[in-house]
Amino acid sequence: MLIKNCEPLVRAHIEAQVSLSAQTIACDGMNAYMAYKVTTKTSLNLFNRNEFTVKRRFSDFLGLHSKLASKYLHIGYIVPPAPEKSIVGMTKVKVGKEDLSSAEFVEKRRSALERYLMRTVNHPALLKDPDVIQFLESTELPRAVSTQALSGAGILRMVNKAAEAVNKMTIKMNESDAWFEEKQQQFENLDVQLRKLHASVESLVCHRKELSVNTASFAKSAAMLGNSEDHTALSRALSQLAEVEEKIDQLHQEQAYADFYLFSELLGDYVRLITAGVFDHRMKTWSKWQDAQVMLQRKREAEAKLQYANKPDKLQQAKEEIKEWEAKVQQGERDFEQISKNIRREVGRFEKQRVKDFKVVIIKYLESLVHTQQQLIKYWEAFLPEAKAIA
Amino acid sequence: PPSLHHKTSGSSKESHPRAVNVDLQTDATLQVDISDALSERDKVKFTVHTKSTLPNFKQNEFSVVRQHEEFIWLHDSFVENEEYAGFIIPPAPPRPDFDASREKLQKLGEGEGSMTKEEFTKMKQELEAEYLAIFKKTVAMHEVFLCRVAAHPVLRKDLNFHVFLEYNQDLSVRGKNKKEKLEDFFKNVVKSADGVIVSGVKDVDDFFEHEKTFLLEYHNRVKDASAKSDRMIRSHKTLCLMETFFLFVCRFFLKVSELFEKTRKIEARVAADEDLKLADLLKYYLRESQAAKDLLYRRGRALVDYENANKALDKARAKNKDVLQAETTQQVCCQKFEKISESAKQELIDFKTRRVAAFRKNLVELAELELKHAKGNLQLLQSCLAVLKGDT
Repeated sequence: MLIKNCEPLVRAHIEAQVSLSAQTIACDGMNAYMAYKVTTKTSLNLFNRNEFTVKRRFSDFLGLHSKLASKYLHIGYIVPPAPEKSIVGMTKVKVGKEDLSSAEFVEKRRSALERYLMRTVNHPALLKDPDVIQFLESTELPRAVSTQALSGAGILRMVNKAAEAVNKMTIKMNESDAWFEEKQQQFENLDVQLRKLHASVESLVCHRKELSVNTASFAKSAAMLGNSEDHTALSRALSQLAEVEEKIDQLHQEQAYADFYLFSELLGDYVRLITAGVFDHRMKTWSKWQDAQVMLQRKREAEAKLQYANKPDKLQQAKEEIKEWEAKVQQGERDFEQISKNIRREVGRFEKQRVKDFKVVIIKYLESLVHTQQQLIKYWEAFLPEAKAIA
Repeated sequence: PPSLHHKTSGSSKESHPRAVNVDLQTDATLQVDISDALSERDKVKFTVHTKSTLPNFKQNEFSVVRQHEEFIWLHDSFVENEEYAGFIIPPAPPRPDFDASREKLQKLGEGEGSMTKEEFTKMKQELEAEYLAIFKKTVAMHEVFLCRVAAHPVLRKDLNFHVFLEYNQDLSVRGKNKKEKLEDFFKNVVKSADGVIVSGVKDVDDFFEHEKTFLLEYHNRVKDASAKSDRMIRSHKTLCLMETFFLFVCRFFLKVSELFEKTRKIEARVAADEDLKLADLLKYYLRESQAAKDLLYRRGRALVDYENANKALDKARAKNKDVLQAETTQQVCCQKFEKISESAKQELIDFKTRRVAAFRKNLVELAELELKHAKGNLQLLQSCLAVLKGDT
């Protein structure tokens, strides 16, 4: 296979490193399931040891994500998206087996889980989260109750959901912060580009597969031609040509697989990151703050009216309510400032990470192309003397 | 697309694919080439340039302008000439066909609104390059036909050929009208049915018997290989276009260096070279093997006529009626058959020699070009990788 084992995506500036290996656990009387050995290497004091390994199941990862999402999404952290239950599917192309027992599937899942954990662990705040620490360290983990996995969702469906989410924002916000306006625009633009990339990769894979089919067909035809050619040396050369084309067909298939695998994983990850909807949460926070201000105003108006009503109890209550809502307004403002600050930081991290991630994938892609060219050179170099031998 | 004015110069390798026709004596007595060509909306004008020391021509060097129909007229005149029944008539060049390419350019124009200016320009360049490649190929095919005629010891002396080369007015040969096309169609049907009958007759001569069997099978297999190679190369070219588009999109995500784009250009060259060395070779030998089959058919026809004449003579002698006439007919048929057989044998031997040499040349060049491009690609990709990796 052209794809080598996934290297962890980020090397620089991390304080912990995780790696996964997969193993099948067989249970008597039940179906076998896949467990993943998670090995962590770290120098942080938060952990009891510097290097340790635990066993986790797929549902455990989903459970971890679920907890982190509920804790951090609404305050503006870009939480790494959960790994999918099935291999990220492309709408038009079916490449490789989706069979749960196949080695390919296992490797893909292992790799996806490893990427997920690395992203989580690379997040300076999440690394210190007790749930994450527990996940990495404790031998026993309480079984995750409700695991929200996205099973078999096509990327396109997700991308469409993201677009919908952006459009549905009915809350009109007075964006005084140009940075946010700009970033939101950039995210929308990124979404468009991801969609284009998705379409382009699908197209590429499709056409490469078509070329593969046509090459195989030509190979057979060339072999037949070689058979009927009555000049011995030419006949042999044509048979050799047929063999070369057959091998090239194999190369095309492997390359198509590489195209698909490398980019679909990346696209899936990024689409899900975008759909996390941090900007949405900020709007909701702002909205809450505004609502509190409106409420405070009402309470003040009510109190003013009560000044002349000679109902001392109600007046007292009104004054207390004002205090209550003043506090809420202050809290709302603090929340809004906090989430804005968090998002700024997160987006900065996201953007750096994105460039790194895409670079890694493109490097891997180029390496697969290099491999293909090297093979081609091998095949044609072997063929050339055969062609020259035709006398 | 606008008119493409294409100049072919003697030194340019691409415009002279004597690739498909190797053993051409570059004979000083008669040299023919297509020195220029102009593509207009619905026709192509070829400038046929001749250099000759033969006394038949008024000058030593001259040029005329010819269109495709005039080449066909010349070819058909050879086919219809009884004197040439014993030769493999050089196959007619295919009609210039830019329809597919034009369609693509039109589709591109329609889709202009949905892509960026840069994307559009890039795609347009690629499609125009494709158009130019097709144009060069049609020039080459027409030139090869003329060269084959000029190299043939008998055909080069043909009067129509000289008129074709020298007469600087329009030959006024129009394309066949509906009626003539229909006649041709029926002629071919009769010929095919006839061909079946004739090939059923076992030949006394081992050489011709072998050739019949061989050519029948070979022709079919070349046909298949030609079609499949065509399809393969077309999908290769489409893939190149897709890869270009893919690269465009990638640029947003990463400053992919120009080196990467250069590899795509190399890939397109690979497809173009495969087209020339492989697909065109097969197409040409499809046509030549058909011409060889036609020769065998004519010989078979002559043999049948000869045998029938023999039977008629026997009958005439038995009845003692019209014997002289039967004898004359029999002699004519005998001469015709023997004349065809004699030259046919040499023609078929030459055909094999030419075929083997052409395949050798093209397969070697194909392998060398594939290697050259793969190595070039490899170097670029590795440079690109070095840049990306070093950039951390």
